[in-house]
Amino acid sequence: AALKDALRSQVSAALKEGRVTPTELCQRCLALIKSTKFLNAYITVTEETALKQAEESEERYKRGQPLGILDGIPIAVKDNFNTAGIETTCASKMLKGYISPYNATVVQKLLDQGAVLLGKTNLDEFAMGSGSTDGVFGPVRNPWSYSKQYKEKSVPKSHSEDKESNWVITGGSSGGSAAAVSSFTCFAALGSDTGGSTRNPAAHCGVVGLKPTYGLISRHGLIPLVNSMDVPGILTRCVDDAAVLLGSLAGHDPKDSTTIQDDFKPFELPDLTDVSKLSVGIPKEYNAPGLSSEILALWSKAADLFKNAGAKVVEVSLPHTRYSIVCYHVLCTAEVASNMARFDGLEYGHRSDVKDSTESMYAATRREGFNDVVRGRILSGNYFLLKQNYEKYFVKAQKVRRLIANDFMKVFRSGVDILLTPTTLSDAASYTEFIQEDNRTRSAQDDILTQAANMAGLPAINVPTALSERGLPVGLQFIGRSFQEKQLLTVAKWFEKQVQFPVIQLEEVKRHDNGVFQHQKSVSFS
Amino acid sequence: QKVSVEVLDHLEHLALVDFRDSEGVERLQKAIQFADQLHEVNTDGVEPMDSVLEDRCLYLREDDVTEGNCTKELLENARETVEEYFVAPPGNIPLEKLEGRKTYLQGS
Repeated sequence: AALKDALRSQVSAALKEGRVTPTELCQRCLALIKSTKFLNAYITVTEETALKQAEESEERYKRGQPLGILDGIPIAVKDNFNTAGIETTCASKMLKGYISPYNATVVQKLLDQGAVLLGKTNLDEFAMGSGSTDGVFGPVRNPWSYSKQYKEKSVPKSHSEDKESNWVITGGSSGGSAAAVSSFTCFAALGSDTGGSTRNPAAHCGVVGLKPTYGLISRHGLIPLVNSMDVPGILTRCVDDAAVLLGSLAGHDPKDSTTIQDDFKPFELPDLTDVSKLSVGIPKEYNAPGLSSEILALWSKAADLFKNAGAKVVEVSLPHTRYSIVCYHVLCTAEVASNMARFDGLEYGHRSDVKDSTESMYAATRREGFNDVVRGRILSGNYFLLKQNYEKYFVKAQKVRRLIANDFMKVFRSGVDILLTPTTLSDAASYTEFIQEDNRTRSAQDDILTQAANMAGLPAINVPTALSERGLPVGLQFIGRSFQEKQLLTVAKWFEKQVQFPVIQLEEVKRHDNGVFQHQKSVSFS
Repeated sequence: QKVSVEVLDHLEHLALVDFRDSEGVERLQKAIQFADQLHEVNTDGVEPMDSVLEDRCLYLREDDVTEGNCTKELLENARETVEEYFVAPPGNIPLEKLEGRKTYLQGS
């Protein structure tokens, strides 16, 4: 089995048939993590425990009693999920050295099914950002920066130009997870999605990024950013794998009262051949200012793809789209102001040496522990929540939120099954270009296409579609109805099959993977 | 409309984080400007939305103890503890007023 194999269709079978053992798989992934260290995708690599888990899995396979399809599969988890006995930092000084005393529900579920936890991935500090550049452990590099496809297209400005400075960002905030999946160091990774934090890096790194419906997957143990919008996100290399992960994670959790109580039945995705009964909506407002002509063309081509296959493709309107980012800005900072209040140095995390008074200790701890971005959002949030501003900003934003959610309801009620939109405004920017603007400006720009789905709680998925002129991945987004993940993923899987997105050609992986190169005879989409 | 120093000071006090420098204050100004766009939207007769799951009943557990006895684990993460207590500095001393605090706002 090759590291680039799809989990469900190939690796699981290989494990069952003994063609590869969990320890071999684990060791190969760990070796690859070491050789791709320059990507800075991992904050913590749990080598010892991973190998132990792999050994235990191997025992189960020997006895013919694997726990399920995820048994022995190496996975990575974003560092804002609590993992028992393992440092959980949220890429912040505030939590450096914090060893979680418990597992987040989603982590526990993965471990209960025998998954092998390779480590915790890098992110923007406290998941605030759209580049994975603002964490205390430094930025994450997009594996595609080192791909043959990107290198071929980039023209060095001079011979002496440092190739190092040409690398592109992963997007964020789950950049580490996206990079880990994209560079084959794990088969799946957990991210989180509050405004697009799973779908954005998925688009830039050429992987599948699923944001499930709010309330489907437990948030217990996910260090919260915006309680009314956060969801755990799933990053995989193909849609089928995302369905597998979803199946193992979804369902009511008594420890998270915001999870719905309906029974969830894991599903296998059918191979859709007939899309004639499908109605695809193209929201015109998603042709947002700043959308690159390349992506606009790709989006149009995708719409034609559905039309030519017999689906009904209609232009729809979500009139409040352009206010959704403003609304998000207010609600997010307000909830952040509340959620970050727990970090005072008393019970966990960084604690300042100041000891004159509780308040001065808290203030000093927070001054020392949080970066500019986090502090900025806390202060803004507190401003919007001041008595004199509460109605004007916070309640107003909540009203606008309802209007945004209603826009989607109207469209879905009019017979549209699924929406097709771009995921990002352009392909990944180079790091030097990205840091020209501050975090808030970037987030406001980059979240524009993804965050309305968080406002309305709807499921959405990024499917890698084609390579840009610069040789970098571009993805398209599907947004579905609440709790209709099966339909969403079925359509996404059909689309994925049509576009045949190319496999990343990385030198490091070639050296490590003595498996057969998956030469996809791909009819490239663009 | 610039935010007054009184409000900025009040915010630092409420949030217990500081603006740090002029950039921090600028950031807030820009954030408010950005948020002001909300007032272009007509929300007459619209109810505020707290949660997308507002039509469902929140799950409530039975009032039974199902886990606990993890004092040791919880105390391990704290820097200063005494027996089973978290130790805090004196709590009845309010944060110093603007004049006394080492804050950027002093200069404004």
